[in-house]
Amino acid sequence: MSEPERLRPIPAITRDTQFWWDGIQERQLLIQRCSACGNLRHPPGPMCPSCHSLDWETLASSGRGEIYSFVSFHHPPIPPFDVPNLIVLVELDEGTRVVSNLPGVPSDQVRVGMPVQARFDELEPGRLFLQFEPA
Amino acid sequence: MSRRKSRLKNAAAIAGIGATEFSKDSGRSELQLALEAISSALEDAGLQHSDVDGMVNFSMDNNPANEVNRYLGGDHLTFFSRIHYGGGAACGVVHQAAMAIHAGVADVVVVYRAMNERSQQRFGTGVQDRPPVPTTENTNYGWHSPYGLLTPASWVAMQARRYMHEYGATSEDFGRVAVADRKHAATNPKAWFYQRPITLEDHQNSRWIVDPLRLLDCCQESDGAVAIVVTSTERARDLRQPPVLINAAAQCMTNDQMMMTGYYSDHVATLPEMGIVAEQLYATAELTPDDVQAAIIYDHFTPFVLIQLEEFGFCKRGEAKDFIRGGNIEMGGGLPVNPHGGQLGEAYIHGANGISEGVRQLRGTAVNQVEGAEHVIVTAGTGVPTSGLLLGIDEG
Ligand SMILES: [Zn+2]
Repeated sequence: MSEPERLRPIPAITRDTQFWWDGIQERQLLIQRCSACGNLRHPPGPMCPSCHSLDWETLASSGRGEIYSFVSFHHPPIPPFDVPNLIVLVELDEGTRVVSNLPGVPSDQVRVGMPVQARFDELEPGRLFLQFEPA
Repeated sequence: MSRRKSRLKNAAAIAGIGATEFSKDSGRSELQLALEAISSALEDAGLQHSDVDGMVNFSMDNNPANEVNRYLGGDHLTFFSRIHYGGGAACGVVHQAAMAIHAGVADVVVVYRAMNERSQQRFGTGVQDRPPVPTTENTNYGWHSPYGLLTPASWVAMQARRYMHEYGATSEDFGRVAVADRKHAATNPKAWFYQRPITLEDHQNSRWIVDPLRLLDCCQESDGAVAIVVTSTERARDLRQPPVLINAAAQCMTNDQMMMTGYYSDHVATLPEMGIVAEQLYATAELTPDDVQAAIIYDHFTPFVLIQLEEFGFCKRGEAKDFIRGGNIEMGGGLPVNPHGGQLGEAYIHGANGISEGVRQLRGTAVNQVEGAEHVIVTAGTGVPTSGLLLGIDEG
């Protein structure tokens, strides 16, 4: 009997963060926005640190941004991730940052400041993941 | 607020240090390691097991104080506490001890860290959060784990890349930290890498772990234990060893602090929590960087050593790469860093072995002794809520 195929880690999701993961499954990159003062925040949480409001809504990001930092993961190889695995910290045009992957780009061609665009890849059956590509 | 001057100056002292050997497979339980290190620290101090009335350990330590105290054969404890946030607790445990002694809730507090981190529970193998319990802490890992950002090296590498971008540091600059640590370890018989120095070329030829971090940028994994006995300065003066005074102790978490993944603030290329620890230490001890002759800088990964040197004011922001050139952080340099070899060279005991080294430097008993050491900085884990100590000789 072969080993069951390893899947990407399932994130822990709380009532504060469910909307973000639901958004990904609907091909939307959402950003939490304070209903009182308009402050954007990511990672999302229950209270606005600027004005202490518990009320929030969401903004659909354009998905445009630029590489703020990046790493190329080599060791230890952790299934199901291929190595090297390019992991990027993207600063979105809206101002918040998000961690994701930049698949198919050699790490020596990645630069801080490089423009990128979000996309949604079905990397596992029925499960979409936020990924980025060069813009 | 960040420049807070506390009332802890010289209130407490380190009276004893103890440790097991440092290895890759201790061959005994973590609980036994803890007990051995504590016994040895009490012996060093000239205290009895029954003198202990307080204990502080890391929340990541697998040996709760009650289990340790059941076998220690001492007395009841009137103070016990645990500090969270991995290696960020390293100096925080001593801070807790000093506060408890200053407040009069305990007289002799033992702090310890005991782990079979290599043979039993390796931190570098990655966070396995399937299926995760949706705790607040696990939720944070979830922003990174689905993309493969799963190990401490990878978390630090992301900040390191940004630091390189902002200040022009290179992989060779990181390598100079590893070379210094390994040079020091090479003459420390207790170090795992005793008699095994490396060159900058070795560093540059070592394989990528998570680019921009190479194998030789990453601290080793170790089995071992360290214990430290803290008591009042007054009582320490009557004990076996010359007291090493806690000139100051401090903790900090910022108002946007994350746990190893501080990617979302305006200071990805700095460690502001450590800067605020530094400000508190200097303010409380009424000292400046010029008064410090040696520094034990937490070195789980080399890039954060550079940033910490900047946060402590040993050099200007972004200039650590210049500060460390020409052997300036090696023995005989302007600021010897990690004369024991650090966690890259001696052992990775979550920073606790660095506190012991600070004590030895001030007793004048270190194998790589910094001449005229009167004040030593010790730092704890970085990229997390953290802590620091400023230790000094007893001038009273
Ligand atoms: Zn608000």
